[in-house]
Amino acid sequence: MSQSTSQPTYADTWKKPPFIKSPGLRWSIYIGSFVYFALALYTMEINWTRVAEGVPRGLSLLSKFFPPNLDDTRGVIIDGILESIWMAIIATVGGIILSVPIGLGAARNLTNKYVYLFCRSIIGVSRTFPEIILAIFAVKFFGFGPFAGFVALSIGTIGFFAKLLAEDIENMSKSQAEAVRVTGSSWLQWINYAIQPQVMPRMIGLSLYRLDINFRESAVVGIVGAGGIGAHLLTSVQRYEYDTTATILIAIIVIVIALEYTSGYLRKWVQ
Amino acid sequence: MPIIETNEGPLWKRRTSTRQWLIWIGWLIGICIAAYAWKLISDKTIWFFVQDAPRQMVDIATRMWPPSFDYMDKLWGPVWDTLNIATIGTVIAMVLAIPIAFLAARNTTPHKLVRAVALFIIVATRSVNSLIWALLLVVIVGPGVLAGTIAIGFRSIGGCSKLLYEAIEEINPVQVEAIESTGASRAQQMLYGILPQILPTIAGVGVFRWDINVRGSTILGIVGAGGIGVQLNASINVLAWTQVSMILLVILGTVFISEYVSAKIRHAII
Repeated sequence: MSQSTSQPTYADTWKKPPFIKSPGLRWSIYIGSFVYFALALYTMEINWTRVAEGVPRGLSLLSKFFPPNLDDTRGVIIDGILESIWMAIIATVGGIILSVPIGLGAARNLTNKYVYLFCRSIIGVSRTFPEIILAIFAVKFFGFGPFAGFVALSIGTIGFFAKLLAEDIENMSKSQAEAVRVTGSSWLQWINYAIQPQVMPRMIGLSLYRLDINFRESAVVGIVGAGGIGAHLLTSVQRYEYDTTATILIAIIVIVIALEYTSGYLRKWVQ
Repeated sequence: MPIIETNEGPLWKRRTSTRQWLIWIGWLIGICIAAYAWKLISDKTIWFFVQDAPRQMVDIATRMWPPSFDYMDKLWGPVWDTLNIATIGTVIAMVLAIPIAFLAARNTTPHKLVRAVALFIIVATRSVNSLIWALLLVVIVGPGVLAGTIAIGFRSIGGCSKLLYEAIEEINPVQVEAIESTGASRAQQMLYGILPQILPTIAGVGVFRWDINVRGSTILGIVGAGGIGVQLNASINVLAWTQVSMILLVILGTVFISEYVSAKIRHAII
């Protein structure tokens, strides 16, 4: 662009505009993350000789995975997986039964401030703690076995289901609710005829989705003694029976995929 | 909403009777399944322990009070480790998830077969819980933070890739065509046509996943993969309940802060 000075000059190069526009913020993010990662990696205390040993170990572990031990002589794998599935189902049902009143209470437009805050704090606590921590305590309270897993997963379901129910109620159409209210309906009739039909399709979809999540969790709560396949998985790893581990992993993956597709299909059909 | 004509005039009903019957049958099947599941679970339950539970709860709650605040000195390190597991795990996941997402998206995949493999990776990493990944990785790379980091990373690949490839499939194709018409190669099309469109999604997904991973990394210590879970497990095993309640408070705080931060960042991006 140097041949003429009388014409306006156009840029002959183009650079992609940066994602973060302000250069100060951009560079402080770059430098900040560099410093953070340097510090984080420095404090990680990775034992590199142990990691180097890990490569052949990983390969031998993988080679022991095949062929998976499918004969399952003691019948414990089938039993454990069925226990996980039933636990997931009953925990979803129990969780939803607990979630409905809490979700109604946590919707800002249905209740007063105190009920709202109380229900919101239940949801907050249940959302914060992972299902495994809930399961550790459930095992302490209710003893070993699937009942503890059922309680843990039910409580975990509240944080998910009640929160989304409350948000859905808060976003509902007000005119329908008012229309039912002016007919002189009682509070329960109002909930049943004005609110339930508006939120029901989404809630059915969400409960299927939660069933899916609950199965994934019910496969591991056994690690802390709360029933299901997790206990056998842990035992098989500790006994170096990796062919059994492989069988259990394959079973879990297949069931999760099957559940995901079924629940996706059902959700499309319901909505 | 059907209206049925009766002798006493029209009668309003919410549903047709076929639909009503279908809904009833649906409920019946659902309740039967739930009742059967309940029976199986209750058969395996020792009810004596369940009846004893309220007493146990009161007992442990009194032992947990007050939280041992002195123990906090020893918790800063584990909290830092927990955050590192979540952050570096998320970075590993995103680095691996972005190429997999490009391979899995219908409009950018080089071949159908590659797409099938990419989708399999997404589903398989998603269905295996991070605790199971950690269990296996502890065997391979030894107990510690590294095993936890890789476990969180692997578990997150599927979740991140799924959201990213859906975003890639929904991009505006006009921009890509414009780049193509300048004679750009496929790689250049992706770099200049697709990537700028999904950058906000990438950032959003990363922050969203980080929030989930902070929660997930608090428990990995139960199988020895580092983080605050190691202390939690140790304190529970020696029945040091005041330490346990302190750790729970710390987890509560960490998760709340991470949720706040991630909400703020996502708000700023979108």
